[in-house]
Amino acid sequence: MAYEGDELLEEVTKKEYEFGFVTDIESDKIPNGLNEDVIRLISTKKDEPKWLLDWRLDAFKAWKKMTEPEWAHVNYAKPDFQSISYYSAPKQKVLLDSLDDVDPELRKTMDKLGISTEEQKRLQGVAVDFVMDSVSVATSFKEKLGELGIIFMSISEAVKEHPELVKKYIGSVVTKKDNFYAALNSAVFTDGSFCYIPKGVKCPMELSTYFRINEAGTGQFERTLLIADEGSHVSYLEGCTAPQRDENQLHAAVVELVALDDAEIKYSTVQNWYPGDATGKGGIFNFVTKRGICQKNAKISWTQVETGSAVTWKYPSCILKGDNSVGEFYSVAVTNNYQQADTGTKMIHIGKNTKSTIISKGISAGKSQNSYRGLVQINKSADNARNFSQCDSLLMTDTSGAHTFPYIEVKNHTAKVEHEATTSKIGEEQLFYCKQRGLNEEKAISMIVNGYAKDVLNKLPMEFAVEAQKLLAISLEGSVG
Amino acid sequence: MISIKNLHAEVEGNKILKGLNLEVKAGEVHAIMGPNGSGKSTLASVLAGNEAYEVTEGTVDFDGADLLDLDVDERAKEGMFLAFQYPVEIPGVSNINFLKAALNEKRAHQGLEPIKAKDFLALVQEKSELVELAGKLKNRSVNEGFSGGEKKRNEIFQMAMLDPKFAILDETDSGLDIDALKVVSHGVNSMRSTERAFLVITHYQRLLDYIVPDFVHVLYNGKIIKTGPKELALELEEKGYDWLIEETV
Repeated sequence: MAYEGDELLEEVTKKEYEFGFVTDIESDKIPNGLNEDVIRLISTKKDEPKWLLDWRLDAFKAWKKMTEPEWAHVNYAKPDFQSISYYSAPKQKVLLDSLDDVDPELRKTMDKLGISTEEQKRLQGVAVDFVMDSVSVATSFKEKLGELGIIFMSISEAVKEHPELVKKYIGSVVTKKDNFYAALNSAVFTDGSFCYIPKGVKCPMELSTYFRINEAGTGQFERTLLIADEGSHVSYLEGCTAPQRDENQLHAAVVELVALDDAEIKYSTVQNWYPGDATGKGGIFNFVTKRGICQKNAKISWTQVETGSAVTWKYPSCILKGDNSVGEFYSVAVTNNYQQADTGTKMIHIGKNTKSTIISKGISAGKSQNSYRGLVQINKSADNARNFSQCDSLLMTDTSGAHTFPYIEVKNHTAKVEHEATTSKIGEEQLFYCKQRGLNEEKAISMIVNGYAKDVLNKLPMEFAVEAQKLLAISLEGSVG
Repeated sequence: MISIKNLHAEVEGNKILKGLNLEVKAGEVHAIMGPNGSGKSTLASVLAGNEAYEVTEGTVDFDGADLLDLDVDERAKEGMFLAFQYPVEIPGVSNINFLKAALNEKRAHQGLEPIKAKDFLALVQEKSELVELAGKLKNRSVNEGFSGGEKKRNEIFQMAMLDPKFAILDETDSGLDIDALKVVSHGVNSMRSTERAFLVITHYQRLLDYIVPDFVHVLYNGKIIKTGPKELALELEEKGYDWLIEETV
């Protein structure tokens, strides 16, 4: 192993939500509320073409007729969509060539997030597109990527610079009417990332975007569109932290991945949004639609470490359309205190010889509820489809809950579908053993839990794995009982 | 090193230890023998600080400190080591990383810097040879998929790595064949020193052929009913415990 669990443990000392700081930057914010005029205003502010405005308005029309989904195993006060401001942009608008030119306040924020320039030098080859609220403020490594024809920019820029690509693919995997939150996102999304890897190009570095919710009361509607053209490879990292808030914040992102023939996309997420305090007050609502489509021989791999948010509703999915395509989902979801997570994946097998793997590790502490919800669908056309699913739950306390809702639909008799599930409680004997060797309770728990989640953590790019281990440890401090 | 006075302990309302007294000095090896259910493993658990056991009376002085006042990990960092009768498996946690974390906790407690990677690897090499622990076992998850003998050797390996001043071996010989027993004993013997004390809990005299004790105690019904030199173990092997128990009654 290239990283050391114990060194990591030493760094983990703080109990309070570490990233709960607020950056003081002037914002350009529109009044609360949602109607067609607001959507027109967003589109105008962003200087968008008419087709996109029409697309937004169409989504909004559909959204108005939809109702919020209630099937998830979560309880929360539904957001008041009229009390949210749908656009907020930092006033600093000049795109910078170097991180040295970034506003010192932002630099501080990035330092706290652990993406200082010093660290970036160490983490060689990571291009960071830093999203602060809704507008990108710093992009690096752009030139190097440009030489290879790789496009990595904010989606607003892409709308201007590569309208043909955006128009062709936006909404092609998650349609604007897909579900309540996807429709809302389609109507009001303000920014996000766009990435295109040309034919046959292997992206030489991990592409990374840090999302951050910064403006109080601002819903954040990110839109990510990633296209891997034929035979290309890309590894994409998405990490999230948010300032501590005493008010629920809605986040409804859409991520679309397109893997054309023989392409491979690895999409990794570490999500650590403010989960609310120990009594369940505050915290982010995270209602995300993430989906990818695989053409012939293509592969999409989702890896996620979910430790944050008050309520999570998220099912990164793969449509295995092309023959021999492969879908993977590796997930660690931690809930503590009053957090609720309903997360999992959908693997839709359409092509022949398609393969999917699902490894889900849930960890429930405090009074939290942690659900795995997954669908494996083998369609008629999917001869010789294979799926393996493993869903494990670890309970840290007697007051927390772990639930598994696996749905399996098989319409082709040549399919082979395997499902394994376990639920266990953290062992007093394991804890005693670790403590007898000199580890205190927190460190013992961190070690046991990281061991439990190792199969998933190992799928993350290394620097992300280190961060993820820290988050697991931080999220579970003082949680055994 | 350790001074146990009038120790009473119970688990789930059952009184197990009923006024145990024991004095172990640095450099000594004490064997605790006794029939099943006499309280041998309870003694090991109570000294290590297992919270499943409640101490209701008595004192334990550990090198000047009130042992019963310390948490499990604090006792470990003060130099107490328990070689478990049934070492637990910790899936996904590499044996080596586990030990490095444990060692650095102890070093931090002593005000030392974390051990350098090079020094650590050298130490691992040296100590694993002591108990002939195969390389693959060092890198596997803690005790996962280890045979019974491998688990016990791993306990002694960990002990050698952590260099405790007081080590309790809780039926380390159970489930060992004669070759493994020799290996484990060799590991323990090579650690004997004037600075260190051992408490060896066993059912069988056999182990004491290899780890020769300075004193043998017989534990019965929560108390030590007889203390003698190493020859006492041979006598017990020959005559059983009944004569002693009758004497006590």
